[in-house]
Amino acid sequence: MSAPALLLVLGDEELLAARAVAEVVDAVRRDDPLAALTEFAASDLLPGELAGALSPSLFGGRPVVVVLNGQDAKKDLAAALTAYAQNPDPDVSLVVCHAGGAKGKALADALKNAGAQVAVAAKLTRHGDRAEFVRNEFRRLGGKCSGDAAEALLEAVGNDLRELASACAQLMADTDGRIDVEVVHRYYRGKAEVSGFSVADAAVAGDVPAALEALRWALATGVDPVPIADALADGVRTVARVASAARGGGNAYQMASKLGMPAWKIEKAQRVARGWTPEGLVTAMAAAARCNAEVKGGSDDRGYALERAVMSVAAARGGGR
Amino acid sequence: MTATVFDELVGQADAIETLRAAALSANALLAGTNSHAGAMTHAWLFTGPAGSGRSTAARAFAAALQCVRGGIGCGECSGCHTTLGGTHADVRFVVPEGLSIPVALMRELVMRAASAPTAGRWQVLVVEDADRLTEAAANALLKAVEEPPARTVFLLCAPSTHPDDISITIRSRCRSVPLRQPPAAAVAELLTRRDGLAPETAVWAAAAAQGHVGRARRLAGDAQARARREAVLAVPRQLTTIGACFDAAAALIEAAEAEAADAVAALDATERSALEMALGAGGTGKGAAGAARGSAGQLKDLEKRQKSRATRAQRDALDRALMDLAGFYRDVLNTQFGRTVSPIHLDASPVAEAAAARWKPEATLRRLEAILACREAIDANVKPKIAVEAMMLALWKG
Repeated sequence: MSAPALLLVLGDEELLAARAVAEVVDAVRRDDPLAALTEFAASDLLPGELAGALSPSLFGGRPVVVVLNGQDAKKDLAAALTAYAQNPDPDVSLVVCHAGGAKGKALADALKNAGAQVAVAAKLTRHGDRAEFVRNEFRRLGGKCSGDAAEALLEAVGNDLRELASACAQLMADTDGRIDVEVVHRYYRGKAEVSGFSVADAAVAGDVPAALEALRWALATGVDPVPIADALADGVRTVARVASAARGGGNAYQMASKLGMPAWKIEKAQRVARGWTPEGLVTAMAAAARCNAEVKGGSDDRGYALERAVMSVAAARGGGR
Repeated sequence: MTATVFDELVGQADAIETLRAAALSANALLAGTNSHAGAMTHAWLFTGPAGSGRSTAARAFAAALQCVRGGIGCGECSGCHTTLGGTHADVRFVVPEGLSIPVALMRELVMRAASAPTAGRWQVLVVEDADRLTEAAANALLKAVEEPPARTVFLLCAPSTHPDDISITIRSRCRSVPLRQPPAAAVAELLTRRDGLAPETAVWAAAAAQGHVGRARRLAGDAQARARREAVLAVPRQLTTIGACFDAAAALIEAAEAEAADAVAALDATERSALEMALGAGGTGKGAAGAARGSAGQLKDLEKRQKSRATRAQRDALDRALMDLAGFYRDVLNTQFGRTVSPIHLDASPVAEAAAARWKPEATLRRLEAILACREAIDANVKPKIAVEAMMLALWKG
């Protein structure tokens, strides 16, 4: 692949952006080992400097110019970049990194319209995207990975792409490249990211073992008890409001605007709401409120306070006592 | 009898007697005659329920101490006037706007309090809401109260002498002046006499405010305050389902937030623009940008103070709402027990009577306790939303 003359890296996922830049640099270096790489931060780059860097070198070597944080470019620099993009020098590679947000959007659009190649480096927010990233990562490194192995790795390592990438590289180095759940579990165990919400979800579903396990993991990985207590109260509140708004059924999308909650949250609450009685909800909410006071200094042992609250919320489901 | 500074203090005959004797004795001390030895002391602690007039008593006593007409607290001389107006050079008021009184402020005040009185009478330090002293601030004050300068008087106000409110060490060095909840009739009389309200409005407001003079006046004069109270009193009837409990809780919190925002928003904006002007914001020309560079920290400090004040205003507003609500359930219980005392919410009596016929006294008592538990929870820093929701559910269940 030959290096593009003009590349726009769009997105704020550092790892992906750095990879896109590195790919260009590598491609140029393959053809021309003497290529001169210059990096600038857009916030303090002057148009004159840019022009200097973009002109061919007297001593040969194809210039590669990387402008970081393109969204911070001032007006005159943005104008210079846009003007250059209309007529880019095929013997020079210019890479502009842009966070992809609303800030400095005009520059990104102008570069796109001028025909710049676009590399997407947006943050992966959906779980499926991250699993896909892990599988691609193994493929890139010449290995193979099953879907459940990717899930297992995500659960054990967390959501940070850099950490995932290095875990993939480590696994490839340690194994023969055929990655399945057992291989992942041989090297990685435990849970990296457990939020208070998973504790609350299990507790309102009445699943004491799962709730306690999630709670222990959350505390062990350093989640503060206060947000866990808040999440517990939020879980009970959601179930109570959903259960009361439509006893038994009801369309989640119609209820969404009335209750001021997203539809998926309502659907999830509807599934667990069946086991709850009004009296049980009263008891559960009282436990959640007591727990909230306890984690804020009302109790000597905040972990125990949370455990007790989780148990009483789960016990309140179905019973009420 | 001629008017004195103590007239604003309603229904507190015993306390007034003590304070008057002390002020006369203080005057005698200044004159060197010392005829009422023992009536005056250097530190006083005013205790009583909210609205009983703790700060009014402290203010009146401070005025009497500074009164140049023989310490009678005439209310007309320059000493009385300036003290009541808050401008007397030797009287300093600490009125905390935030959640607590920080130690730095207390140290500064203690140092000022150690200086000799400029007008030749007494150096007075009035700490309203002494229960909001932090532990460190209380210790700083304790040192001064322990070894007071000869002409310095400390006047502290707190809800009670309970160790939760004021540290035992400070309390033991103060003379305590207990104030009682003024009878509604006395408050009503004051409202008609001082504020010129119609007698029936005054009686209603005095009862609804549960003896709190300032609140009674607000209720009588401020349509918004009345509307808020009515919204709170409508709550018990709204609690028909679990969902309604959450709606009522959300409405109560929102109302408290709006009330607090109303109270502090204008003040916040003025303070901010005053500080910005002092820091040279909006300036143009050479050096203006450089001068503004270091000012972000100061603005942030101000925002922090304002936030603390807003939080307090919010909690106070919520607390008033909860007290109104508690008053309703008290009325219900009162009806169930055969009306031995007069009701608080005169206008909600029909609803209270209907509820009294339907509920058991035990259930009413449980509801009343749920409200008090909610107040305690909010005091213990529980998220107000969660505490109020738990309370509403308990009210619904009974």
